[in-house]
Amino acid sequence: MLLRLVPENTSLNFMALRKVALVFSVLLIIGSLALFAVNSLNYGIDFKGGISVEVQMEDKSDIPIERVKEAVAEMGYINPSVREYGEKWDAMIRLERQPGDDKAQAAVIEKLRNDLPVAIPGIIFLDGNFISPTVSGELKQDGALAVTIAVLAVLVYIWFRFEWQFGLGAVVALVHDVLLTVGFFAITRLEFNLSIIAAILTIVGYSLNDTVVVYDRVRENIRKFRKKEMGEIVNFSLNQTLSRTIMTSVTTLLALFALFFFGGEGIRGFTAAMIWGVVVGTYSSIFIASPMLLMFDIRRDAIIGEDKNDPTVDKSRPSNPFEQV
Amino acid sequence: MLTFPRWKIVMILGVVLLGILTSAPNFLTEEQRNELPAFMPSKTLNLGLDLRGGVRLLYGAAVDDVVEARLNNVADQIRDIRRNERGLNFRNIQISGHTVSFDVSREEMIDLAREKLRDLTDVTVGAANPLMGGGVKELELTQEGQRFTLTLTEQGILIQQRDAIARAMEVIRKRIDPDGTKEIVLQMEGNDRIILEVPGADDPEAIKDLVGRTAKLTFHDVNTTASQEDLSRGRTGLREKILPVQDGGMIMVKERVIVSGEDLTDAKPAYDQNGRPSVAFTFNTAGARKFGRHTQENIGRPFAIVLDELVISAPTIQSAIMGGSGQITNIGSVADAQELAVLLKSGSLPIELSVLSERAIGPDLGQENIDAGEIAAIIGFAGVIVYMVLSYGRFGLAANVALITNLVLIMGALSFLQATLTLPGIAGIVLTIGMAVDANVLVFERIREEQSNGRNPFSAMEHGYGEAFSTIMDANITTFIAAAVLYMLGSGPVQGFAVTLAIGILTSMFTAVVLTRFILATWLKRARPAKLPI
Repeated sequence: MLLRLVPENTSLNFMALRKVALVFSVLLIIGSLALFAVNSLNYGIDFKGGISVEVQMEDKSDIPIERVKEAVAEMGYINPSVREYGEKWDAMIRLERQPGDDKAQAAVIEKLRNDLPVAIPGIIFLDGNFISPTVSGELKQDGALAVTIAVLAVLVYIWFRFEWQFGLGAVVALVHDVLLTVGFFAITRLEFNLSIIAAILTIVGYSLNDTVVVYDRVRENIRKFRKKEMGEIVNFSLNQTLSRTIMTSVTTLLALFALFFFGGEGIRGFTAAMIWGVVVGTYSSIFIASPMLLMFDIRRDAIIGEDKNDPTVDKSRPSNPFEQV
Repeated sequence: MLTFPRWKIVMILGVVLLGILTSAPNFLTEEQRNELPAFMPSKTLNLGLDLRGGVRLLYGAAVDDVVEARLNNVADQIRDIRRNERGLNFRNIQISGHTVSFDVSREEMIDLAREKLRDLTDVTVGAANPLMGGGVKELELTQEGQRFTLTLTEQGILIQQRDAIARAMEVIRKRIDPDGTKEIVLQMEGNDRIILEVPGADDPEAIKDLVGRTAKLTFHDVNTTASQEDLSRGRTGLREKILPVQDGGMIMVKERVIVSGEDLTDAKPAYDQNGRPSVAFTFNTAGARKFGRHTQENIGRPFAIVLDELVISAPTIQSAIMGGSGQITNIGSVADAQELAVLLKSGSLPIELSVLSERAIGPDLGQENIDAGEIAAIIGFAGVIVYMVLSYGRFGLAANVALITNLVLIMGALSFLQATLTLPGIAGIVLTIGMAVDANVLVFERIREEQSNGRNPFSAMEHGYGEAFSTIMDANITTFIAAAVLYMLGSGPVQGFAVTLAIGILTSMFTAVVLTRFILATWLKRARPAKLPI
C-alpha cells in the first residue's frame, strides 16, 4: 500500500476561504511592515559593515561568553556583542566599525587573533571578517535590486506564457512571500545577511514554481470546461494539484530540515528562511495567487483563442476535450 | 513518447556516462588521478574558501589616479612633439578634468600641429566590450581658434583603468603565487575592485604585506672582491648590502642604484643568443644615459639585476650598451619570461589598492562546514528517497535512480566547469534534491490521474509525461530566472549558490523527465501490467 498524504479525490472548497485568507494575509503583511519599520532587521556585517570574529574552545568545553565579552571590552573596543554560535563551545564576536580607516579595522581582527587566546586560554580563532561601509552599502543595494529584477523578470515571463492576469497574480503572491519573509526576520531577529537574499530569491523561484503548476492546470481546465464557472474551475484545479503541491513541499522540507539541523550554523539562517518560504509559498499559491485570477477577471476567449499559437498545446488531441474522457 | 530510437538511448546513456566520468576524479586519490590517461577528466570539485579555509581580500583600486597618470603622460607626449618639431610651439599646457589643453603659438602652425598630434588622436585601443568589436578612440581632439583640447573618451578611460587593474592583478598573482600552485582566485569585480582568495592561508597580514609591496627592479654594481666568508658572516663594506641570488647563494652589491625599473619604457619576452628565454627591455632617455655611462666605464665587471631584493642574474658587461636596451637572461621558461616582462612593465603596482573587506577562515571551520554539509546532504537525500518509494512504489524507485544520477551529474558538471562549491552551494544541491523530485511528482500525479480517468497503462504513462511537460518547463524556467539574476547580481558565495542551483535545474530536467521515462518505458514494455502500481 502506497503512502498518500492527500486522499485521492479531494474537493475542498478553497475559494470559500479566500476572503478569510486575504484578510489574514493583509494583516500579516501590515504586521511585517510595521515590525520592519519599528525594529528594522538584525543586519549582518555584510549589510552593516563592521567586524566579526568567530572563536571556539579548543577542548569543546563551554565558552565563557561573559569573559570573552569582558576581554574584548578590556582591549578597548566599545560595545562588543558576543553570543553563542551554533555550539556551546563556539562564539561569535561582533564589533561596530572602530575609529580609523580600513587598515585600523583589519588591525582589530589581528589584535583579537593574537590577544584573545592570551586572555582566555584554550580559545582558538576560527574566522575573522571585516567589511567596509562602502561595500556593505552596495551589497544592500544590490540585494534589493536582485530581488526586484527577479520579480519583474518573472512577471514578464508569466505574462508572455499566460495572460497578464496570471502574471500579476503570481507577482502579488511573490511580493506577499517576500514581505512575510522580511517580517519573519524582523520578528525572529535572525541575522539578515547576503545569503538571506539568496534564500529570498530561491523562495521566489519555489513559490512561483508552485503557482505556475496551479496556473497551468487552471488554463488547461478553462479550455476543457468551457461552461463551468470560473471560481469552480480554479477550485477544481487546486484540488487536482493538491496532492502534488503537498508532496513537493514535503520532499523539499525534508531536505531543508536536514540542512537546518545538521548543516551547521553557517547556513542555519538561510535554511530557516527557506523553510518559512516553502510554507508561505505553498500557502500563497493556493490562497493568494489563485483567488487573484478571479479578482483580475480572466477573459476565457483569450486563453481559448491562444490554443492555435501555443506550441505546448497538443493539436492532435480532439478539439472537444469531452470526447476523449 | 514511450518508444526510444537507438540514437536516443545512446544519447541518454552517453550523458549518464559523461556524468560518471567527470565526477569520478572526486572519488580517487591524488595518485590515482595522476595516473589517469590524458583524455580522462581529472578535475575535482573546486571548494570555496568557506569549505577549505583561507583568506579572502577585497581590494578597491584608486582608478581615478589612472586618469591623472594618463593625462600627465599625454602632456609629456605633447611636450615631446614640441621638442622634436622645429618651429612648433605649444603654450599653456593645462590638465583639468579629463582633458589636456594647450595653445598653438602661431596660427600657420595649426595644420602641422594637427598632423603631428595624429600619433595621439589616431590611436585606437581595444574595445572595453569585446562584442562591440574594433577599437575605440582614446583621445578626442577639439579646437577653438588656436586652443587645442584633447579629451579622454569614456571608453578610453575605462580601458585604461581595466588595463591598470589587470596589470595590478598580474603583479599580485606573481607575488602571492609565484609557482602557480596555490590555486589562488583573482577576479575583477565591477570596474574598480579586485577579489583575491588564497586557499589554505591563515595569515591575512602576511598576504596584505606582500600585495602592498612595491615591485622594484634595480641594477647595482657588484663587489667582486667579497669572499665567501664575508658573505656568510654578513660583513659588508660601506654602502654595500648582501642579497640572495635566485639560483642560490649570496652576492654583495653596492647600495647605489645604477638605474631602476622606473626608467623602463618597455619589457617583452625574448630569447638570448643561446635560444633561451630572456626579457628584453628598453630604457627611457634618462635611463639609457645612466646605463650607457656605467657599462662604458665598467667593461669586464659584473652588475646585478635585482628584483624585489632578489638577484635575478649578475651578467658581466661585455661592451658598452648605449642604445638603452638590453636583456635579462637566466630566466627559466618562456612563461617566466612573459611574467617577468609583464611585471617589469607594470613596475610596481600600477594602481593604489586598499583593503575594503577581509575574511580569514580557519581550516578547522572549513572542515566543519564540509562535514556538516555532507551529513545534511546524506540525511536529506535518504529522507527523500524513502519518502518517494513509500509514496510511489516502483515509480518512486525510478525517480530515485534519477535522483542519484542527478547528484552524479551535478558533481560532474561542477568539477568540469570548475565552479566553486561553497557552503550555500551545498545547500543549493540539497535543495535541488528536494525540488528535483518535483518534476517526477508532477508526472506521477498526472499518471495516477489519467489512470483513474480510465486510461490503460500505456496511454496513462504517455499522457502523464506529455501533459506534465509544459508545466515542468514553466516551473523550471521561472526558478532558472531567479538563479540567473542571483548569479548576475550576487557575489562570492551567493554566486556559488546560483551556479549549483542552475546546474541542478538543468540536470534534474534531464534525469526527471528523460531518464525516468526511459526506465519506466523499458519496464512497462517488459512487464505489461494490467494496471500501473502507482
